[in-house]
Amino acid sequence: MDGRSVSAPPAAQTSRAPGAAFILKKALISAFVALVLFSLMIGVRTEAGPQGQLVYWTRFDDLAVMVAAVFGGSILVELLRRWWGPVDTVRVVPPSVQSALSLARRLVAPVLLVFTFLVPVLFYNERYILDLAILVLTYVMLGWGLNVVVGLAGLLDLGYVAFYAVGAYSYALLATNFGLSFWICLPLAGILAAFWGVLLGFPVLRLRGDYLAIVTLAFGEIIRLVLINWQTLTGGPNGVTGIPRPTLFGIPLTPADDGLAALLGIEFSPTHRIVFLFYIILALALLTNWVTIRLRRLPLGRAWEALREDEVACRALGINTTTTKLTAFATGALFGGLAGAFFATRQGFISPESFTFHESALVLAIVVLGGMGSQLGVALAALAMIGGFELFRGFDQYRMLVFGMAMVLLMIWRPRGLVGHRAPTVFLKHSQAISSDLVKEGHG
Amino acid sequence: MSGDPILCVDRLSMRFGGIVAVNDLSFDAERREITALIGPNGAGKTTVFNCITGFYKPTSGAIGLTHDDGRAIRLERLNDFRIAKLAKVARTFQNIRLFPGMTALENLLVAQHNALMRASGLTFLGLIGAPSWHHAEQAAIDLARTWLERIGLLDRADDAAGNLPYGDQRRLEIARAMCTQPALLCLDEPAAGLNARESAALSELLLSIRADQGTSILLIEHDMSVVMEISDHVVVMDHGVKIAEGTPRQIRDDPKVIAAYLGADEEEAIAVMESGT
Repeated sequence: MDGRSVSAPPAAQTSRAPGAAFILKKALISAFVALVLFSLMIGVRTEAGPQGQLVYWTRFDDLAVMVAAVFGGSILVELLRRWWGPVDTVRVVPPSVQSALSLARRLVAPVLLVFTFLVPVLFYNERYILDLAILVLTYVMLGWGLNVVVGLAGLLDLGYVAFYAVGAYSYALLATNFGLSFWICLPLAGILAAFWGVLLGFPVLRLRGDYLAIVTLAFGEIIRLVLINWQTLTGGPNGVTGIPRPTLFGIPLTPADDGLAALLGIEFSPTHRIVFLFYIILALALLTNWVTIRLRRLPLGRAWEALREDEVACRALGINTTTTKLTAFATGALFGGLAGAFFATRQGFISPESFTFHESALVLAIVVLGGMGSQLGVALAALAMIGGFELFRGFDQYRMLVFGMAMVLLMIWRPRGLVGHRAPTVFLKHSQAISSDLVKEGHG
Repeated sequence: MSGDPILCVDRLSMRFGGIVAVNDLSFDAERREITALIGPNGAGKTTVFNCITGFYKPTSGAIGLTHDDGRAIRLERLNDFRIAKLAKVARTFQNIRLFPGMTALENLLVAQHNALMRASGLTFLGLIGAPSWHHAEQAAIDLARTWLERIGLLDRADDAAGNLPYGDQRRLEIARAMCTQPALLCLDEPAAGLNARESAALSELLLSIRADQGTSILLIEHDMSVVMEISDHVVVMDHGVKIAEGTPRQIRDDPKVIAAYLGADEEEAIAVMESGT
């Protein structure tokens, strides 16, 4: 790459000069590759018939559209490339644009926060949007929680869903068996999840990178399999039903006489509970954010980041890397557990189905996409991943395809996530963002 | 050997499978002195360092450290981070190991981790923003500022360490080690890759550390001008054994040392001889 960019300018001009023929050739090759790839993926659709036999039908028109789209897209990309010039061209951004951009960048977080607070007001009558907002906030919280482990401490955890599950089941079982209220169970669920975080931390302390990822992945699966098979405790695949809803200082949000609506003398509406749940998860997510931001400025958080940067140097400075890693796991797990308890109370029903590897992968994707270590990036990524996924619902069966393409494009455009740079935790004169080229990703 | 040694290496051996990297090595490092460990490439110097700083567990032998207050610590019994934390031995690395994605100031604050951890009440006091924590943090920043000033990097305090020029990174690594407030500072080739002017500045810095902080320094160095200028005592190693020790003047004229260097690398031997004249 580097070698080419050095010698590129003269060569590039001569090779791009022929123009049309080159572009056409490239587009044809792309179209051919697309034809080969999509001929089975899109050209033929198979399904199991009513008697279990294979039913298939062809969709050559769709295939033709896709190939044509690739052909046209390839020409378009090549033309755009020409217009844009070589990749390493230094572009001068006018100061006015720069200052506008930096202002926009500073305003994103507050504007987003205010908007989030107003969501229940703005969309009071739109249940779908409220539900979606709650879902997005749950993933924002999970993303922020995993961000501590992956983004700050640089420990690749593929089994984060385990803590989510521990939190959810802790609340569900404590509430259904002992009748404890949500507000008592919430911290208990967090503590139990943190405890499991430490328990997972011990065996994986010596592992790094890929090996760590595999063991955490296995841990996530173990928790799920235990939940399925320990029928007497967890109800197995049937899950736990009748999980109580949260109350407002003991006042239930029900149509009953002692419900909140009756006490306030207003008409009962199921939306009250949705709005209440919305503000609970918002508060939990903001708590996660606040704690993480504070921790980053404390020696513990700085040690996490130092661990990500260089573990050997940490040891040479007398930092106990064992406890530092364990605290990262425990803190991440704590937030996962809190989110899990919220999930259980919101759904009213949980089963091992909800805690598959897919969830871990999704949360990790949010963290990576957002830019590891960046709070704002993770929130934006959760919005894009969960909200965007809903946005693409209109694409029906191509949803995954479109979504996958969007992610690929984003990773090409911003390989280190939406917010790739790192903000220093302390400064003497002025805080300046640190380029993502310097920040390590951690390998264990 | 008389006087008041801070570090006593006694019959230290380190084997990696069949390879004997350090064989029966004994030497002392005097308190508040600069002791240089020199030798041709592959002599086992860095292995000795790694044994002293806990990155390797020696196969046999003892490493004793005596603090100013008389507290004696057996380094070979401590491992890992405890040597830096309890025995107060700090080190730098041959290939610089800063935290490149953190600012120079942050690097120096990470070095004060253990003190700050106590001050932040194991994070809890810090989390609620207790005043005592704020004082401790301010004190830590002040200490970092002092060191940044001493190494001439105050203006670049908020720059990422990875963005600093090579020479600055070397000095920052020394400052970071000093921020742990060590009793013994171990430097692995601090002058490697520095030009003559930077080497001179480094010598000055090390002499001022010894004079102002009273820190004992143990250094591995190939740059003979630095070794001859600042060392009080020189230990020469070759093939894992000590072949000579003494003052820089004695070492310079020692035929065994010259032979070792000639055998290994002619240029280095000439450098040894010339740097004294």
